[in-house]
Amino acid sequence: MSNYLYILWIPLLPLATFVLLGLFGRKYLSGIAGIIGTASLLTSTILSFVAAKQYFFVDGKVNGVFQKIVALKYTWLEFSPNVSIDLGIIVDPISVMMLVVVTSVSLMVHVFSLGYMKGEERFATYYAFLSLFTFSMLGLILSANIFQVYMFWELVGVSSFLLISYYFNKPSAVAASKKAFIVTRFADLGFLIGILILGFYGGTLDIGLLIERFTSVHSTQFLSITSASFLGASMLTWGLVLVFMGGAGKSAMFPLHIWLPDAMEGPTPVSALIHAATMVVAGVYLVARMFPVFSMDESALNIVTYVGAASALFAAVIACTQTDIKRVLAYSTMSQIGYMMFALGISKNGGENGLGYMASMFHLFTHAFFKSLLFLGAGSVIHMVHSNEMKDMGGLRKLMPITHIAFLIACLAIAGIPPFAGFFSKEEILTAAFHENKIVYGIALFTAALTSFYMFRLYFNIFWSKEAPVAAHGHDDNGHESHGEGPWVMKLPLLILAACAVGVGFIPFSQFVTSDGAALETHVDVVFSIAPVVLSVLAILLATSFYKNQNGKSDKVAAAFGGFYTAAYKKFYVDEVYIFITKKIIFPFIGQPIAWADKNIVDGFMQLLAKTTSKISELIKGLQSGKVQNYAMYFFGGVAVLSILFIHIWK
Amino acid sequence: MTYNIFIQLRQELVLTVLIFVLLFIKLGKDRSNESILNFINVALLINLAAGFCCQETGELFNGMFTTNALIVFEKDLLNLAILIISMQSYAWLKENKNVIEFYLLTLTSLLGMFFMISSGNLLMFYLGLEMSTIPLAAAANFDLTKRKSSEAAMKLILSSAFSSAILLLGISFLYGTSGTLTFSILTAHINGNPLQMFAFILLISGFAFKISAVPFHLWTADVYEGAPVAVTSFLSVISKGAVLFTLVNLLYKVFTPIASTWYLVLIVLAAATILIGNLFAIRQDNFKRFLAFSSIAQVGFILIGISGSSQIGSASLVYFILIYIFSNLAAFGVVSVVSALTGKENISDFKGFYKTNPMLSWVLTIALFSLAGVPPTAGFFGKLFLMMAGAAKGNYALITFAALNMVISFYYYLRVVKAVFMDENATPIDKLQVPNVSKMAMYICVAGIIVTGFASVVYDYIYSISIGL
Repeated sequence: MSNYLYILWIPLLPLATFVLLGLFGRKYLSGIAGIIGTASLLTSTILSFVAAKQYFFVDGKVNGVFQKIVALKYTWLEFSPNVSIDLGIIVDPISVMMLVVVTSVSLMVHVFSLGYMKGEERFATYYAFLSLFTFSMLGLILSANIFQVYMFWELVGVSSFLLISYYFNKPSAVAASKKAFIVTRFADLGFLIGILILGFYGGTLDIGLLIERFTSVHSTQFLSITSASFLGASMLTWGLVLVFMGGAGKSAMFPLHIWLPDAMEGPTPVSALIHAATMVVAGVYLVARMFPVFSMDESALNIVTYVGAASALFAAVIACTQTDIKRVLAYSTMSQIGYMMFALGISKNGGENGLGYMASMFHLFTHAFFKSLLFLGAGSVIHMVHSNEMKDMGGLRKLMPITHIAFLIACLAIAGIPPFAGFFSKEEILTAAFHENKIVYGIALFTAALTSFYMFRLYFNIFWSKEAPVAAHGHDDNGHESHGEGPWVMKLPLLILAACAVGVGFIPFSQFVTSDGAALETHVDVVFSIAPVVLSVLAILLATSFYKNQNGKSDKVAAAFGGFYTAAYKKFYVDEVYIFITKKIIFPFIGQPIAWADKNIVDGFMQLLAKTTSKISELIKGLQSGKVQNYAMYFFGGVAVLSILFIHIWK
Repeated sequence: MTYNIFIQLRQELVLTVLIFVLLFIKLGKDRSNESILNFINVALLINLAAGFCCQETGELFNGMFTTNALIVFEKDLLNLAILIISMQSYAWLKENKNVIEFYLLTLTSLLGMFFMISSGNLLMFYLGLEMSTIPLAAAANFDLTKRKSSEAAMKLILSSAFSSAILLLGISFLYGTSGTLTFSILTAHINGNPLQMFAFILLISGFAFKISAVPFHLWTADVYEGAPVAVTSFLSVISKGAVLFTLVNLLYKVFTPIASTWYLVLIVLAAATILIGNLFAIRQDNFKRFLAFSSIAQVGFILIGISGSSQIGSASLVYFILIYIFSNLAAFGVVSVVSALTGKENISDFKGFYKTNPMLSWVLTIALFSLAGVPPTAGFFGKLFLMMAGAAKGNYALITFAALNMVISFYYYLRVVKAVFMDENATPIDKLQVPNVSKMAMYICVAGIIVTGFASVVYDYIYSISIGL
């Protein structure tokens, strides 16, 4: 087995950059912080590609099956000979695939930010945070121990908190970052309990061992976890569902999705990084990482399936009504992640039945490229018009030709039009759904049509609709010059990602990433593809007729839907439900009594302790008289008391 | 091979050679204090390094002197501590006429401790103990112009003599009941008859005096306050460490037949020590007195760890002493520099300290956090392991009691931090020019506080060389 130790440098370089920029960035390096960050990440990216090449083409495969390799294992905390927290590096198809995705997208974002964030006062801090985030995400991917996953999971949460609240003088950004942090923390609580349950019954925190023990039906660990039950479900189900809860929080699955749209308050490149390709798919990655265990428990998988499918549909409906372009993208992300989730949920482990797993990973892969492209494109647009609202846009296709083309490609990709990347991966998901679960297939098909509709609604509203009104924006309030599409550092990532959005679909993905490591034969069935493609095209045509020119048709349709439209526009009042539950139920009925007890009983006890302590302290200060003869007396007293105690009383 | 003896004795030999070299320097022509101090610090560094080379274990002189990996490591710790103390006292010693005498006294005392730790015989142990105590009394008197310093020395020597007498009485009774002083033979003769128990209590009282466990602690505060800071740090870290190492050695190896009794003795002492140490620490304004009582409380926690009487108990003690060296010496280092340069030693003088001396304030704060056991400093891990060792006996009432007392200790440690960072002061301590050597020592301590907790190799190594009951 050859050496993969160099992979360690992939996360360590961003960490070093973070330390460097965090300590010295603002004072000494503010001019070149971006260059440093980008250069270090470029190195990481190259290393990732080297690792991918070595793993997929040179020595990852043994007897036609890709191996799980633990490249490094360092025992950090040992609780008992069996249970320890290790820091390790795992190299397997999905971790290598994720390495490539995260470093590439992060690199594009780093480059794009060179132009987008130029002139920001806390430029170096921004790059420091980006590096921290990249480090955490890479660490999460490479974790070989589930507790290590949890640590990096939290680090990802913290660094995304820092990035979302980057504009910390903007109250909405601060509120959004808090919301993102609290909601995901809440979900992480479930994750932690899930880890503890699995760790307790599995007797280890090592992912490889957990999988090994929980997938053999005769192992003592498997028998003990399946025989123990709580509220009618086995502990295995509980553990997995709680782990999934953590994943659902990070991946913004219904009903834990409420933080994602608000998180769009962060700088747009950050959204491209965190909310398109990396952090939000961490939940999917987590389920995929633990997939062999999930596959042992039907009910947990069903929950994954239906939460995923519901989120996909739910988010797509909302996306059709939003007017803030980043929020449309946010809901579209949620919808696409729903796709990946249910694809995992309907999959089985191994062989032909593992199609869903492979399709999910494939979609994760292609989605990363076209969604970050969409976000970066949106970033370019926002950079130009200084607004997120559709009504401030329109007719931009002539002013920003490159962005226009790139955005169009991304829209076609996400709509699943051949031969763009999204077509291939979505096709696999639909095929898998068709074979496994017809209800989910129906939802997926309908969602696919909705996706095409809202994406082209977005596209036409930005680039067509009106005639270029932007010329009027000579100077805005901040005194920015009216600029074209921005410098080349902003265009280059768009072009590269656009090329990826076209090209990555042709990668024979099923040869590399499958549930059991063995290659899976898949083929695009032309007949099967007709239905989704035709539906998508029809949806696009519908969007064209509604939004290519302002003709009021869309308003009429919205009016026809009436209450449903309003409900969707208001995001189905999920936020309001949360607020109702917290403010009207939790605060008065749980929070206030606890606060009272805290104030009067807990604090009271502490004060009693403090008062007693100082009283006694006052009382015995005479002991310390300063006279040696007294000390000798106490000394004798001590000896005497000890002697009496131990010779006569407790002998 | 015949030269094995030199390798087994290497730490003692290096120290002896160093003492003689210093003696000759003293006799020779006058040199500047700076050059002497630089020489000594380098020599102490070499002394520390010497401990790490050529591992060789065994017994010498018919079992009078024993050495093994754990003992060597314990001596290394003490070597490390004296190096740090020496570096931190640079500012104070630079102005002192009798630099060499200070080192002659402290190094001789250290040599005594080495023999005490290595002793395989009660007589040897007693000799080592006396050799380590008497020079310290002279060292406590080192601020020749201060009355308090002489008072401290008087109190130390009188109390020590007293405790030595008790200890010697205990040893005599033991000899009387068993007919031997050699540890390895003694164990077989320990049967727990009342006279032997009395002898044991006399012995442990002597130990309790040295580590200032309640009620044998009363000398501590007065001596710590009066003695120069360097001597106080020596007393609180090195002296205590050495005696604790020896105590564990005796309890775990010699007094195993009466383990159930000494377990009770230890927890009674531990509970009293933690409580009284805390209660007095709250009241103090003098920084050295404050640290004196805080170190008394710390000993209580250590006793809980020792009472676990397992391999974890012994390992957690050594691990804690390592952390304690860093934490306590960092705190003493700041006090030492401030005291040497301004003469101020009261906590109230430290109000507003952060405004003028941010670096020193951070060092002090990190040290106090570590002493209090706030994660993620090493102090937290140290206390955690002590508690784990103690909890292994299943005495959860004691552990709860200790945990409650940790809350009290947070209060008085944070009180100092509050004074440093938040309190206003019209006349704060001026910005101090800290000598580079002292700064370096503080950085070593801070690095130690941060790294030791996380680097599991340290604990793993200590655990691997430790002994259980």
